[in-house]
Amino acid sequence: MAIPKGIKKISDTVWELPRTYSQGMRVPARVYATETLIRQMDDAVFEQVANVAKLPGILKYAYCMPDGHWGYGFPIGGVAAMDIEKGVISPGGIGFDINCGMRLVLTNLTHDEVRPYLKRLVDTIFKRVPSGVGGSGFVKVSRQEFRRVVEQGARWCIKNGYGWQEDLERTEEGGCMEGADVSKVSEKAVDRGFKQIGTLGSGNHYLEIQVAKPEDVLDKEVARSFGITKPNQVVIMFHCGSRGFGHQVATDYLRVFLKVMQSKYGIKILDRELACAPFRSPEGRDYFAAMKCAVNMAFANRQVILHRIREVFSEVFGRSAVDLGMHQVYDVAHNIAKVEKHAVNGKEQKVLVHRKGATRALAPGSQELPDIYRETGQPVIIGGSMETGSYLLAGTPASQETFYSTAHGSGRTMSRRKARKQFHSKTLLEQMKARGIYVQSASYSGLAEEAGLAYKDIDEVVAATELSGVSKRVVRFSPIGNVKG
Amino acid sequence: MPYQYLEDVATADIAFEAWGETVEEMFKATADATMNVMVEDLNAIDSKEQKILSVEDDEIDLLLFQFLQELIFYKDAQDLLLRIEDLHIKKEDGRFSCLAEAYGEKLDAGKHALNVDIKAITLHRFEVKETLRGWEATVVLDI
Repeated sequence: MAIPKGIKKISDTVWELPRTYSQGMRVPARVYATETLIRQMDDAVFEQVANVAKLPGILKYAYCMPDGHWGYGFPIGGVAAMDIEKGVISPGGIGFDINCGMRLVLTNLTHDEVRPYLKRLVDTIFKRVPSGVGGSGFVKVSRQEFRRVVEQGARWCIKNGYGWQEDLERTEEGGCMEGADVSKVSEKAVDRGFKQIGTLGSGNHYLEIQVAKPEDVLDKEVARSFGITKPNQVVIMFHCGSRGFGHQVATDYLRVFLKVMQSKYGIKILDRELACAPFRSPEGRDYFAAMKCAVNMAFANRQVILHRIREVFSEVFGRSAVDLGMHQVYDVAHNIAKVEKHAVNGKEQKVLVHRKGATRALAPGSQELPDIYRETGQPVIIGGSMETGSYLLAGTPASQETFYSTAHGSGRTMSRRKARKQFHSKTLLEQMKARGIYVQSASYSGLAEEAGLAYKDIDEVVAATELSGVSKRVVRFSPIGNVKG
Repeated sequence: MPYQYLEDVATADIAFEAWGETVEEMFKATADATMNVMVEDLNAIDSKEQKILSVEDDEIDLLLFQFLQELIFYKDAQDLLLRIEDLHIKKEDGRFSCLAEAYGEKLDAGKHALNVDIKAITLHRFEVKETLRGWEATVVLDI
């Protein structure tokens, strides 16, 4: 694929589409990528990020992160900050899987200590954390109780014994977004979601046991502050979201916004997936309150999954989770919109930041970070493909440029159907086994779709975030056990 | 099979085209194409339970969007895998309605070889059109 004509190279890792690139752009668009990565991006990325730049109230630039690829409305990797008085909110800037995110958990065990129990650990987690199509979790709640879950998020879980108090401060938003209003959510969404607390989902959702090899600890001091202190230390990383509940909220409001966007608010529809409404309109307010419920459902989901992981490790090793040092490093959302304070043209103001396949990355010193991370900057968890590896990064002062946002994962380069033809699940399993990675999957036919070669090079993606200054590398993790959804 | 999956349309997701001589046949084909993303062998779904799906909209494409969304809803809300037996589309006073009789059974990982889950039907490149041969739809699913 070719780099589009008219793009300006600002630096080795920043590319700009000027306002003249496409009619109606209110601000320029900026793509953060190395030359290798930008050449791999599909043409739709440029068209979509230019469309985002046309949304009312957008500030500074429409951004696309290095793992960017084609999405719905916004590209995946899209970031856009809106003026809260004059700007819009768009479900297309958040994604169908509201608060899809990553959570990282420590152990004080080494690879050698875990290896003999690896199969048992993976098999037990696979049984206790349902994955794949549909699925019901172990937390059984009534529809009424579920409504409380989505208003309280991870706080509900801690109150009900599914986790440690400290988990909350190590979760973005403290595990609960204030202002969630379940009366703005449809019955259908509740019906789809109330049985799904504690389920992983499908597609690229996974739970992995990983190792921090000594040579992959890239910033020893920050790694120590994040809890990575031993050679070949074992950690657990997982990726999932708000399940059917969040998907239904997004679908419901897509239709609401399409009905009013042009007729009531006079905003031209460029792409139906980019449906939006003014943030201060009744529809915008309702969606934001419903979105927060889905955000909280995802925090609760990841919280009870963490609880399950602690139970399984504790059972297998015959020691308590506290004794095993199973502290949560952090939990990040990578499909979300939030009101945050940022400096715009030298003046601090409240803005609505959309991050769709992008992660918030607060700089050292940020008041919103818990004390333990105040000096290091925010831990940023970047999931790779099940074969290659994942990263822990830290926020940097320079990410002020991108409203403190960075990448979220490796980003696909090959379609699922193509990957299915190109790779065979059985061969893939054998190859991974030979490299010491044990996999359990809800769908072996779906496994081939997640092959490493269907994704961008994760090392190149995180290198691009470091080169452009929007985050820095701390540790690279290698997978040894994987539960694929 | 009156549908085919498209390789190069959706990088992270799944896209398909479905067709039929009538709009009803095309709707049925899209239902099977959607279900087939989640379940490898549609013949493994036995007709044990019945559901009546009823949706309305001003536009024919949004009618299809809502109809397919019902299948995703029942999969999550009641663990039901459904196929369409009978389906009727009407247009009255400029508004379309679709009434469908669906049959299926509870999802059972031991019986139904499962593939990937569908999060949502999207409106990306979503298209319904009448052609010389009948009706065609293009649908992109969020995985």
